[in-house]
Amino acid sequence: MIFHRLPPIFLLGFFSVLGLGLSTAWAEEKGPILVGNIGSLSGKDASFGQAGQRGLILAIEEINAEGGINGRPIQLIHEDNRSTAGESATIARKLISRDKVVAIIGETTSGRSLEVAPLAQRARIPMITPSGTNIKVTRAGNYIFRTCFIDPFQGEIMARFAHDKLGYRKVAVLSSTSSAYSVELSKEFEKRFTALGGKIVAEQKYAEGDRDFNAQLTTLKNTGAEAVFIPGYYTEVALAVRQARALGIELPFFGGDGWEAPELLQIGGDALNGCYYSAHFSAQNNNPQVAAFVKSYQARWNGATPDAFAALGYDTGRILADALRRAGSTKGPDLQKALAATKDLPGVTGKTTFDKNGDPAKSAVIIVIENGKTRFHSTIEP
Amino acid sequence: MEQILQQLLNGISLGAIYALIALGYTMVYGVLRFINFAHADVFMVGAFLAFFLGQNLPANSIASTILVLLAAMTGCALLGTLIERLAYRPLRSAPTLNVLITAIGVSLLLEYSGQLFLGANPRTFPPVYPSAQLTLGGVILSGNQLLVIGVTAALVLLLQLVIYQTKIGAAMRAVSLNPDAARLVGINVNAVIAFTFALGSALAGAGGVLYAINYPSIDPLMGLMPGLKAFVCAILGGIGNIPGAALGGLILGLVETFVGGSEASTWKDAVAFGLLILILLFRPAGLLGKPLPEKV
Repeated sequence: MIFHRLPPIFLLGFFSVLGLGLSTAWAEEKGPILVGNIGSLSGKDASFGQAGQRGLILAIEEINAEGGINGRPIQLIHEDNRSTAGESATIARKLISRDKVVAIIGETTSGRSLEVAPLAQRARIPMITPSGTNIKVTRAGNYIFRTCFIDPFQGEIMARFAHDKLGYRKVAVLSSTSSAYSVELSKEFEKRFTALGGKIVAEQKYAEGDRDFNAQLTTLKNTGAEAVFIPGYYTEVALAVRQARALGIELPFFGGDGWEAPELLQIGGDALNGCYYSAHFSAQNNNPQVAAFVKSYQARWNGATPDAFAALGYDTGRILADALRRAGSTKGPDLQKALAATKDLPGVTGKTTFDKNGDPAKSAVIIVIENGKTRFHSTIEP
Repeated sequence: MEQILQQLLNGISLGAIYALIALGYTMVYGVLRFINFAHADVFMVGAFLAFFLGQNLPANSIASTILVLLAAMTGCALLGTLIERLAYRPLRSAPTLNVLITAIGVSLLLEYSGQLFLGANPRTFPPVYPSAQLTLGGVILSGNQLLVIGVTAALVLLLQLVIYQTKIGAAMRAVSLNPDAARLVGINVNAVIAFTFALGSALAGAGGVLYAINYPSIDPLMGLMPGLKAFVCAILGGIGNIPGAALGGLILGLVETFVGGSEASTWKDAVAFGLLILILLFRPAGLLGKPLPEKV
């Protein structure tokens, strides 16, 4: 009878152990520890996935050079979802049932993390999203963790920054209807900004993959807005800001961590001068731990400067290794307990202590764009 | 009022690109009675040809823009005739459905060879065209919009001239009316069809360059959405009808812009495609299309 209560994946695991007998048990003790990494390594959001992957690889190589986890190296299995919806769930099923990974790292965006989270939870395989900020991701269950801050926090700091520091009272919002990240971040920002006494004078929508924003921008133009909040991903943001400048809209734009990518400036160019966004990390931060990370990252990746996604990928690798060492086993439930007990683990994006939902409380940095370059503006503590 | 005029302008410049692509669909349908699904990918190839050439040309110059436009149009015309020669001509006597499936195959071949050889990551299109603004009583006409509207208008007029004033145009019309009768009066049908593909693909190439100048992030799958929308425009205006394709493009561009700029901006695509269903309910042959009896 007890079999009926167990999830099917467990039955599968049970029978495969029966069938393979000793050889499986032996492989588990000695071989490399398999960890899946699901990311947008190509396509529209490729910058996020690739940077995260580079950071993660650096962390795992360092850990393996330090002797791995009790003598066993960690081996990453990288999977690309091409920035498309639906692909991540298929990949997660493959990683869980065929590769039998002990943990999943990913996905980089909220919407696609939401595809993976229920599968990982059902299979009791811990999942850590490096950068999915939507609150619902870790609410899928106790096996889901994240390395980054959450959108309510990000919405609040951007509302406070716009209202208190920049002195805006009337803001227009341009958000995407087809990304879970943009929907939540715009909602949180509007809630906090109106609570502070500000006014949302107009709200316009677009969809992921849209290229033409002239219609929405023309509507925003004469609403009396002092600035435009655009919580989207870099490709759409850069195109929208460029088109705004061509329409004679000189207002500052500001947004969240989805802006962070070198492509933002490549596509947007000088149109983005005077714009602000919140991020998880800045390589220009003069914290010594950050400086050391920037140096080893540059040495490993041909002089490339790490962005927030690289830093989060790196910290995610470190968080997982720390939990694996303390768990003393690679079984899902043991690893979950060890991860949940993570406390004050230092990292380049701040200290990690998971709350009961699997979310850390981390500081954010504000980045300003000047003369076609990003510059560290300030750090905001939670 | 200013805002309405500005939206009108935005809509026309968006619709102009759809119209350029739609013309290719409609012309091929006119002579061969099938939808060339690879057309949207020829559009993508046009953008990439311009990308590789534009990187090596001086930025912000009208001369570079004309050069990349001509190069992309020539390259796409060659690609179009090549596709016709290799993929469609061997199927000339096969049922239309076979040709249609082949077209989907060619489309996938171009998309995924693009991903293989050019990479799946979006690339930033070089700034070949100078950015400028023209203010007309509160309405801003950007240099890009001027370019798109100007080039499209010029190409559509040129196309009308070719079709109605030249010998090859008369041959195209004859093939479109009845290929067998055209062959009987001594028209080289294969040459006419190849020419039609070249013409349609050149327009798609021009569309690709204009699209990339306006929205400077290009990737091998960039043709999918504009291709689908242009297909809708061609149907909307009456497939096989050249002014119809241009009209369809304008209507779709305007509808998308006015809905996109309203409170209902979320419903932009739904309204555009809903309109298509509505028009086809009342005019099944499209706005300018004439209902024809099925050919025997």
